[in-house]
Amino acid sequence: MVSYILRRLLATIPVMGVVAVFVFFLLRLAPGDPAAIIAGDDATVTQIAAIRAKLGLDRPVLEQFGLWVLGMLQGDFGTSIFSNLPVSRLIAQRVEPTLALALSTLLVAVALAIPLGVLAAAKARRLTDRLVMLFAVMGFAMPVFLIGYVLIYVFADRLGWLPVQGYKPLSEGIGPWARHLVLPSLALGITYMALIARITRASMLEVLSQDYIRTANSKGLATGRVLLLHALKNAAVPIVTVIGIGIALLISGVVITETVFNIPGLGRLTVDAVLKRDYPIVQGLIIVFAGVKVLVNLMIDISYAFLDPRIRY
Amino acid sequence: MLGRLKGQLRSFLVTSIVALAALTQGNSAFAEEKVLRAVLHADMRVLDPIWTTATVAGIHGALVYDTLFGNDAKGDAKPQMVDTYDVSADRLTYTFTLRDGLKFHDGTPVSSKDVIPSLKRWAARDGAGLRLFGFIDKLDVVDAKTFRMVLTKPYGMVLESLGKTSTSLPVIMREADALTDPQTQVKTAVGSGPFKFAADLWVPGSKAVYVKNPDYVSRPGNEPASFFAGSKFAGVDRIEMVWISDPQTAMSALINGEIDFYENPNIDFYPILEKAKGVKLETTGEVDSHIGFIRLNHLHPPFNTPKARQAMYHLVNQEDFLRAVVGDPKYYRICHALFTCGTPLSNDGGSHFFKDYNPKKALQLMQEAGYKGEPIVILATTDHNTITPATQVLIQAMREAGLNVDAQSMDWGSTVTRRAKKDPPDKGGWNIFITTTGGVSAANPILHTWIGAACDKGIFGWPCSEKLEAVRDSYGFAQSLDDKKRIARELQTLAMEEVVYIPFGQWNQLISYRSDRLSGVVPNTGLVVFWNIVKK
Repeated sequence: MVSYILRRLLATIPVMGVVAVFVFFLLRLAPGDPAAIIAGDDATVTQIAAIRAKLGLDRPVLEQFGLWVLGMLQGDFGTSIFSNLPVSRLIAQRVEPTLALALSTLLVAVALAIPLGVLAAAKARRLTDRLVMLFAVMGFAMPVFLIGYVLIYVFADRLGWLPVQGYKPLSEGIGPWARHLVLPSLALGITYMALIARITRASMLEVLSQDYIRTANSKGLATGRVLLLHALKNAAVPIVTVIGIGIALLISGVVITETVFNIPGLGRLTVDAVLKRDYPIVQGLIIVFAGVKVLVNLMIDISYAFLDPRIRY
Repeated sequence: MLGRLKGQLRSFLVTSIVALAALTQGNSAFAEEKVLRAVLHADMRVLDPIWTTATVAGIHGALVYDTLFGNDAKGDAKPQMVDTYDVSADRLTYTFTLRDGLKFHDGTPVSSKDVIPSLKRWAARDGAGLRLFGFIDKLDVVDAKTFRMVLTKPYGMVLESLGKTSTSLPVIMREADALTDPQTQVKTAVGSGPFKFAADLWVPGSKAVYVKNPDYVSRPGNEPASFFAGSKFAGVDRIEMVWISDPQTAMSALINGEIDFYENPNIDFYPILEKAKGVKLETTGEVDSHIGFIRLNHLHPPFNTPKARQAMYHLVNQEDFLRAVVGDPKYYRICHALFTCGTPLSNDGGSHFFKDYNPKKALQLMQEAGYKGEPIVILATTDHNTITPATQVLIQAMREAGLNVDAQSMDWGSTVTRRAKKDPPDKGGWNIFITTTGGVSAANPILHTWIGAACDKGIFGWPCSEKLEAVRDSYGFAQSLDDKKRIARELQTLAMEEVVYIPFGQWNQLISYRSDRLSGVVPNTGLVVFWNIVKK
């Protein structure tokens, strides 16, 4: 197992290398010039060129790439073109809100979706099943921003129970922190919940049709025991896989949710940096997101060995 | 039944939240402070208001730094950091004395040594500054509080330029900061203005925080604030410029009282905000308006001839544009002038070009000018609340006329890059883009950059007319208002003939704020200012 983990960790190096190359060159291929944005409406072409030169954007692209990679190898993600602050500082400032949003979403989604999926499978083709599946289809079909606006309208605008926007750090108290996370977590979590509930149901239905479940039922075991101890554990591998795949969904969802709910996290930072063509920030963020995704995949793969004793590395 | 369910649900949620809140006490460090939370049109990302012309950097600059003069609502320059000034009889020598007690936020006194490099750095990046410095022979320190400007000609826009209220502001920085290369960003924000920038609380793209400067010395006499003139004071302890990129969320946050000030609500939201309790939508007058216009590229066919450019006038029915951009007629006005309608220099010179909306005639004139159906490249911005609909109206009118339109969709960031390219349209250049300008700048020929025709030295579109530039220069030497009006008419007539741009209307961009909490909001000046606002 240890050698497997080490091999997988070593394999992340070329993956990250490929990501770095793609991110850097795709950004340079995209239209847009931060110097023109900085210079503004009244600037002449000469002034824009002078700013570009000062920022080093007139150097050959390969030279810029080399400098960036060299910096990255030394742990330096570069400096924001606009704010002049280190990218690592900007990312560090934004980690807490995104982490809080992602974890609370994950928690809410998993805690609600798995029971819903199990319930739907247990009551297959009955009203409960149909209702759960209706929720799943709707949850998956509705865009996150729409869910967000509806939640804001109902719980903030009309009822006034929860804030419209913003984020309070945990250091300002659990109460304010939780209040600001309820609506974004729900908005982001509904899609995720729908995905997990559907897979849980499908996986459970497959397991429930197997002989050992029929045996367990015929032995007179309680339904709950059969479902949770015998069936769910054996249905877990696809569910965990989907939770892992869903992390990518979560990352893209965070970008939209953070915009709608004005949460100053990594998603907002990405959108703003892309619109402003702040290359060092976008590059740093994509590397971070890719790293997270690779690590999550590794953790999911490792978890298989614990869930299914037949799997060995 | 539904009401009972709603009540139960509410009580459950409230109880849960109260219980959670009781687990730990919130941070009450700022409970006693008067905090003004404002959402602007963009996030504050750049500390140096000279390095970039971004309006939001100008708003930041106006809070942190101070200016020698401030133009008032009539456009007259009034002393701000300057205590007294003297102009020689030949109008060639200006001697300025700074007010007593001016201090930078680091405690060092403001002196003439700070002023000279600050003005030089500003002039390297600002059109009005560049023009002013073109007439300066000497700019010297006399003593710690006095400096002297000697001109080569009796340029009449010295004080107005020093008091200008649009970007780039002629702010006074510390000497060491002001000596920074104008193409390099100053990394700190230490000024002598009414608010200090809290660098440690800055989260770029999310929040910029300003705290009251207790050492700020207001102009004596409690002069009423008017644009950038008058006695300024910090009426709140702290200002948080919160960046909410989603306009719907920002509007809801204002209605819910989570923010106090929303600079730039979408025009679509005006009816909602008008009805919202405790919220005020403020119209701030004629000068403070937006002017939309079509810019043609004079370098390449078909718009490298005046006749083809003039043909485009026949495709502009301002009412069509304004209905698409603004909607409600009470917020817009038809304006065929190049100077802000409603201001002293507004006139009808050359406005006859707009009399006839006629797509067929437009095509005929284009063909007479040599147009043979080549694609006309339009930079079609897709993510701007006013430029995007205006572009669509223009595209429709051009297609109706039978012109071959190549509308290339892109975000605003791409448009500002692409418009700087002088290449032919089929090699990455362009023929047309649409943008807007502020009514404050457009009210004055010197500050109104887009009316210039300085060829290669000018800005995107590169209109070229020595005659027009000479008339524009002469404005700086006008002796009376009548003189100024005459020059403005002549300039506008020439600019209309050259088609430096085609205006498609003028509208008010209202500001909105919680009137149940805020008082003393200084009417908008082109740049939003936050001094003199008091929060209950």
